[in-house]
Amino acid sequence: MNLTKNRTLYIYVLLYFAFLYIPVMFLPLFSFNEGIHMAFPLKGFSTQHYEDMWNSPQLFDALGNSIYVGVVSSLIATMLAFFASRAFTKYKFWGQSLSYGAILTPFLIPEIILAIALLVIWVSIGLPLGLTPIIIGHVLFCTPFCMIILIARMEGFDNHLEEASRDLGEGVLMTFWRVSFPILLPGLIAAFLLGFIISFDEFLLAMFLQGSDQTLPIYMWGQLRFARRLPHVLALGAVIIVATSLIVMLAYWLRNVGQPQDKQDLTFKM
Amino acid sequence: MSENFIDIKNISRHFGSVKAVDNVSFSIKQGEFFSLLGPSGCGKTTLLRLLAGFESANQGEIFIDGMDVTTMPPNLRPTNMVFQNYAIFPHINVKKNIEFGMRKEKLSKQELDGRVQEVLSLVKLEGYEERFSNQLSGGQRQRIALARALIKRPKVLLLDEPLGALDKKLRDEMQIELRNLQKAVGITFVFVTHDQGESISMSDRVAVMNDGQIQQISDPHDLYYNPQNIFVSDFIGTTNFLSSSTGASNGEEIMVKIESIGEFSIRNKLNISENNSDTVCSIRPEAITLSPTPIEKGDITLEGKIENSSYYGELTSFYVKIDGAEKPLIASSQRFDNNSFQDNKCYLSINFEDINLLKKE
Repeated sequence: MNLTKNRTLYIYVLLYFAFLYIPVMFLPLFSFNEGIHMAFPLKGFSTQHYEDMWNSPQLFDALGNSIYVGVVSSLIATMLAFFASRAFTKYKFWGQSLSYGAILTPFLIPEIILAIALLVIWVSIGLPLGLTPIIIGHVLFCTPFCMIILIARMEGFDNHLEEASRDLGEGVLMTFWRVSFPILLPGLIAAFLLGFIISFDEFLLAMFLQGSDQTLPIYMWGQLRFARRLPHVLALGAVIIVATSLIVMLAYWLRNVGQPQDKQDLTFKM
Repeated sequence: MSENFIDIKNISRHFGSVKAVDNVSFSIKQGEFFSLLGPSGCGKTTLLRLLAGFESANQGEIFIDGMDVTTMPPNLRPTNMVFQNYAIFPHINVKKNIEFGMRKEKLSKQELDGRVQEVLSLVKLEGYEERFSNQLSGGQRQRIALARALIKRPKVLLLDEPLGALDKKLRDEMQIELRNLQKAVGITFVFVTHDQGESISMSDRVAVMNDGQIQQISDPHDLYYNPQNIFVSDFIGTTNFLSSSTGASNGEEIMVKIESIGEFSIRNKLNISENNSDTVCSIRPEAITLSPTPIEKGDITLEGKIENSSYYGELTSFYVKIDGAEKPLIASSQRFDNNSFQDNKCYLSINFEDINLLKKE
């Protein structure tokens, strides 16, 4: 059916996208507005807030922390997810669906419960709060996402390719290096990027487990209490929206690179 | 050059309670084109994977050129394999695919390029070096898979239904090409197929498998004309089975009685016991001569009524009802078609030498 010919559906789709994107568009809009109040009418174009943003060292500390947490936790999560999805796609074993469900559970547990549980354990062991427990929490939280991406990617992987490599004289490690790794690399990068994004904008776990080091979402939340600081958070928000969209597009593109056309997906299957 | 180039001794491979390969022993000669033939699930692919090293045997030993390879990993075996789906590496081009297995041979660039050109011309795909797997047709992929294996100059080339994915015309061409290639390179080929025509037309010898066991190993001619049991007789080509019982034997020949045909004496090639009512006679459709007029020649002459026929172009199969027979006899003829017979009445003749006496299982 031709969607554009059905007027009702056409309006519905327009409304839906408006609902989805208009609130988000307010951030960049007001970030270029002169003055500190988020209100119409707009006063005039200004890059003042971006300059303020550029000149706040605290923000860059928080950004640095977020990138550090994001990279480390997503690397670990991607690796763990890779091992798990290898096992799930290559072998049939007892307890397969049970362990699959168990790995996906952090996905379903309310995040605040996960955060409280981790806080209680961490404190009762007597370890100091800070970036390390946040990384551990994020690994827990990101692994199922990474695994879902990797399983979708690996289901199309032909195990005969590894056998062919063995048959042509390569051992297990060189087979991985010369065949499996390059073929699965786009999927691995996609999983890493998605894990990074999830960690980057994660709030609750970071809130509960933070010590004196803040991640970017915590920093932004802190800034909201000061009306004067609000506009540069808007500017920061606008920058993050653009960066995140680029990363997600890259991840989506990478996920399908080298996949036969009919195996390509329009979604991340989340 | 030993007579038995590949020696398989009491090999078994069980998956749980399934005996995929069950205590199998046989040998393959050097330079032989050897086929493993059987229906799906008969264990032929498992046997090939045991030879390649992708499966480990529960029991038994495998020797290749005098070397015990039973527990050797696939990367150390002197065998190479052409996979059913060809398994061309999708992330590297044709040239790199072909060179893949040569890393450890440490050849100079010129030597390596020479070897690549050599196998590419062998499979007639010169000029395809830069292509990727998804830019090749099924037949081309199969040739690249062959080239990738042959560049290693293996002692044994293992082929797992390599023609299965090709259309009929290409398959027929590749049968001849593969056979010529095998003669040219002189490498021992072990070829797995479920297509009896394919195995008969290409092989020096064929092992027919069923239920994890070898039913018969013979050259194609013997397989067709002297099947050892009902399974082989039924699996290779088409045949008529007629229940029979044996009478007295004089050693060489034995008395056989078929209800609808009568009593006669034929050669007892399989040494079937006297006075045995659990026997079957197998007669090939083309061994039955069919005519619209009475036939003078022939050891057995019969009258019948044509119930049905199928026209195949080069021949026509007739389903002929004989008085007293439970099933119609299938007889094929190149000379006659459906219009040759008046009132569907026909005359048949069969020679004793075309009747194979088999034991019922």
